[in-house]
Amino acid sequence: MSNSNIALPARAGIGLKPEHFRDVLAARPDVGFFEVHAENYMVDGGPFHHFLGRIRAHYPLSLHGVGLSIGAEGPIDEAHLDRLAVLIARYEPASFSEHLAWASHGEVFLNDLLPVPYDRATLARVCEHVDRVQERLKRRMLLENPSTYVEFASSTMSEAQFLSEVLGRTGCGLLLDVNNVHVSCVNHGRDPLAFIDGLPLDAVGELHLAGFAVDHDAAGAPLLIDSHGAEVDDTVWRLYAQVIDRVGAMPTLLERDNNVPALATLVAEAQHAETLMPSTRSPAHCGIYGGSS
Amino acid sequence: MTSENDCTQLAICAALLDPGLPCPPGLVAWNGSDPTPRLAVYRNNVVSSLIDALAQTFPVVQELVGVPFFRAMAAVFIRQAPPRSPVLARYGEALPTFIEQFEPARSVPYLADVARLEMARVQAYHAADAVPVAAAVVSAALAGGDRIGELHIACHPSVAIVGSAFAVASLWSAHQGEGDVGDVDPDVAEAALVLRDGLDVLVMRVSPGAAEFVAAILQGRNLDDATGAAMNAESAFDLPATLALLKGHGAVTSIRFPGDNA
Repeated sequence: MSNSNIALPARAGIGLKPEHFRDVLAARPDVGFFEVHAENYMVDGGPFHHFLGRIRAHYPLSLHGVGLSIGAEGPIDEAHLDRLAVLIARYEPASFSEHLAWASHGEVFLNDLLPVPYDRATLARVCEHVDRVQERLKRRMLLENPSTYVEFASSTMSEAQFLSEVLGRTGCGLLLDVNNVHVSCVNHGRDPLAFIDGLPLDAVGELHLAGFAVDHDAAGAPLLIDSHGAEVDDTVWRLYAQVIDRVGAMPTLLERDNNVPALATLVAEAQHAETLMPSTRSPAHCGIYGGSS
Repeated sequence: MTSENDCTQLAICAALLDPGLPCPPGLVAWNGSDPTPRLAVYRNNVVSSLIDALAQTFPVVQELVGVPFFRAMAAVFIRQAPPRSPVLARYGEALPTFIEQFEPARSVPYLADVARLEMARVQAYHAADAVPVAAAVVSAALAGGDRIGELHIACHPSVAIVGSAFAVASLWSAHQGEGDVGDVDPDVAEAALVLRDGLDVLVMRVSPGAAEFVAAILQGRNLDDATGAAMNAESAFDLPATLALLKGHGAVTSIRFPGDNA
């Protein structure tokens, strides 16, 4: 495997949204990187490639997949891996990440990140799939911990044990989604710090932050939904600070896929994240988007 | 090797797409509560995220029937024809045909063709990039004497024709704030030329002859054949104006005689 992978800068980045393409090029906001969903750019030509190419010329890029279905019972989709390889060759992202989840069954693509049981058979299959991805893409990938709403009676290990095994066996890195930690821990009655301390934190290569929505389960217990449609909750900011205490300054993405606000709002959230990182640089500020978050 | 505790992805997939199915066995909650409302989060994510994707592709269809009707119709479509690829840019290609068969949409007979037009727009938006030929090359080729009828024109990959027994182009335009929807007589046959000029996708109402001409060119027919098809559709077909329209929008990417390389 190539060691030439360039890591993302230990700064905060934001998701690149088509409605912000022109604003990004005009304002060049002071963010550490942009992240895109790989599948959105698996098109032949047109504005998506036009703008991504121009924005990539000014910023490091994180390529984040949502459709590889690493947790699927079936084999990894080689055609999809080919499409990822094409994007990676074209845009030379500093990072490629995917989820511990499945999204396709047979030919059907469900457009959601679905949970897997934490058992030996699933572990073997996920490791095989991660190995194949890293071999085909010739780079170390980051695997993201999921937000989940159900658990499996067949699980024989904890999520932290399962992730630790995958990271140890495949050598892949961890994309620690702090919001997902909070959401899953509330949804399954777990202790978030015990979960985090059960992970090999030296494998963390990126953090995610996002907002959630609140619902309730059949017993009236809170059921948090990873909506990517709201600002980061205070509880998640506090958990993020505790993660930063453990891992140091780390590339951090502010995710927002629904109810996307103005670019300036996302930039301000990213700059707030940077104020929580150890001062490898002075607190970020920018003439255009300066201000509190 | 399975046991009653195993919840297969097949069972989950089926339950996600069919709200009438019970929650598959093997799913549990930490507090012992019924996992059905928890599974419902996934059920909702799957269908509502795909409805949102369709709403982005078909905004005018949604305006024509209203949001509640559109979302209900899209949910039926998604459960019948879920995506077959993790790349969703082309998802919805089957929606126009679905709409034609969808009984509750019968009262809006032009809905399927408006959907075709909107799908063509999305495909044009993401179509491959191609460099137009210089105007001088087109002029020189057309000055080629007796053989010009043998010329083959290649169009930009975004170019498409959407023909309809209804006023699809006018209906679509009226929903872009261009004129009043009430002024559009939907029962007038129209054809729309869709293409991407630079970064912008354009929808232009064209005459029946121009539509036949472009459709024939897209099928790879030569200038003579395409002009013949156009004249059959419209005796007043204006070839120079149609070529000028294509050229003007950078939609001609090559013009050559058969056997020529460049």
